[in-house]
Amino acid sequence: MTGTELLPGASPTVAALAVIGVVVLEAVLLYAGYGVVEDRLGPVVFRRIARR
Amino acid sequence: MFALLGLTPDLFALFVVFGFMVGVFFGFFGMGGSFLVTPALLILGYSAPVAIGSSMAFVFGTAVIATMKHHDSGQVDYRLGALMFVGIALGIEAGSRLVFGLEVLGVAEAVVGVAYVLVLAAIGLLFTRSALNDGDETGGDGDEANDETDGETGGGDEVPAIAQKVQSYEVPPMMTLADGQRASLWTISGVSAGVGVISGFLGVGGGFVRMPAIYYVIGTSLAAAVGTSLFTGLLSGGVGAFTYGRAGVIDLGIVTALLLGSALGARIGSGATAYVDEDDVTVYFGLMLLVASVAVALGEAAAWLSMPVLDRVSFVLLVGSALFVCATILYHGALAVRRERGPSPSP
Repeated sequence: MTGTELLPGASPTVAALAVIGVVVLEAVLLYAGYGVVEDRLGPVVFRRIARR
Repeated sequence: MFALLGLTPDLFALFVVFGFMVGVFFGFFGMGGSFLVTPALLILGYSAPVAIGSSMAFVFGTAVIATMKHHDSGQVDYRLGALMFVGIALGIEAGSRLVFGLEVLGVAEAVVGVAYVLVLAAIGLLFTRSALNDGDETGGDGDEANDETDGETGGGDEVPAIAQKVQSYEVPPMMTLADGQRASLWTISGVSAGVGVISGFLGVGGGFVRMPAIYYVIGTSLAAAVGTSLFTGLLSGGVGAFTYGRAGVIDLGIVTALLLGSALGARIGSGATAYVDEDDVTVYFGLMLLVASVAVALGEAAAWLSMPVLDRVSFVLLVGSALFVCATILYHGALAVRRERGPSPSP
C-alpha cells in the first residue's frame, strides 16, 4: 500500500507527508509498546536464561 | 488487515523476521540497518525505486526509535546534526535524481545492484580484516582488543588522531561542537554531501559511512558520533522518505512489517552489547557482508543470464548469512548472561 493508495486523489506532497506521519506514529507506538514489554518480561527472560 | 497492507501473510511474516534480524545488527553494531533491506527487496522482485523508497522509510522509522533512546543519554549533537542535514539533503536529492534518471534509461536495477556489490564487499573486507588483525595482535582476547582500540584513539571519549590532524587545518569558517571540539564547516559540508549522495543513490541510511566519518573526519567523541549519526539518519531518512513518497513508490506494508521486527530486534541487539564482546561476532558480520555481496551479484547475474534459480540461491545466501550472524549474537548473549547471572560459572 503506497501513500497514493492511502489517500486517493491527494497531491503527491500530501501523500508523502501522510506516509511519513504513518511511519512516525508506528515508530513511536512500537518504541513505547516494546518498552512496556521489555520492562515486564525482561527480568523473567534473564532469570530463565541464567537457570538453564 | 494484511490485504489492506497489500502483502500476503507469508510475505508479511518474512519481512517481520528479516526486520528483526536487521534490528539486532542495528542495535548491536550501530550500523548495518538498511543495506541488507534494499538488496533483499531487489532480489524479491521489487523495482529499484520501490526497494529504495521503502528502505528509506524503514531507515527513517528505525532512526526515530534509536534517536529517542540516545536522546535520553544526552548523546546527540543536534547543532552538528542539523548542519549536516543541509549537505545530506542536497546529496540525497542528487542521488535519487540519479536513480530516477537511470530508471528512465532502464539500467537502474543493474547499476544500483553493481554499486551494492562493491559497497557490501568493501565494507565486508574492512570488517573482516579489522577483526582478524585485532585477533592477531591480541591473541584473540576481546578485552585486550578493546584496550588496543582505546589506545589508538586515546580513550573511547577522545578524538582519534586522524580527526585531530583534520581539525589542525583550520579552514574558516570554524564551528565549535557540543563536546568542545572545533571543525571546519567545509569538512562538515563535504562529509554531509558525500553521505547524502550515497544515501540517495543506494537507498541506505548511510550509517556505516556517516558514523565513522563524524568520528574520524569531523572529530567528536565516539558516543556523540553514534548519537549524532542516528539523528542525521533520522533527518536524511525523512528527506529520502519524502522524496520517494512524492513519487508514490513507498510500500507501507513492507515498512510496517520491517519496523515491527526491527523495533524489537534493536532493543535486544542494544541489550546484547552490555554482555557480548563485539570482537566475538564482528568477524562473522564482515563475512556475512561478503556473502551478501555475492548474493546480490548472483541476483544481478540471474537477470542478465535469465536464470531464475540464481535468484533463489541469492536470496537463501542473503537471508541465511543474516540469520547465522543474528543467531550468533543471541547465542553469545545468552552464554554471557548465564556466565554473569547463573548460579555457577560454566566450566
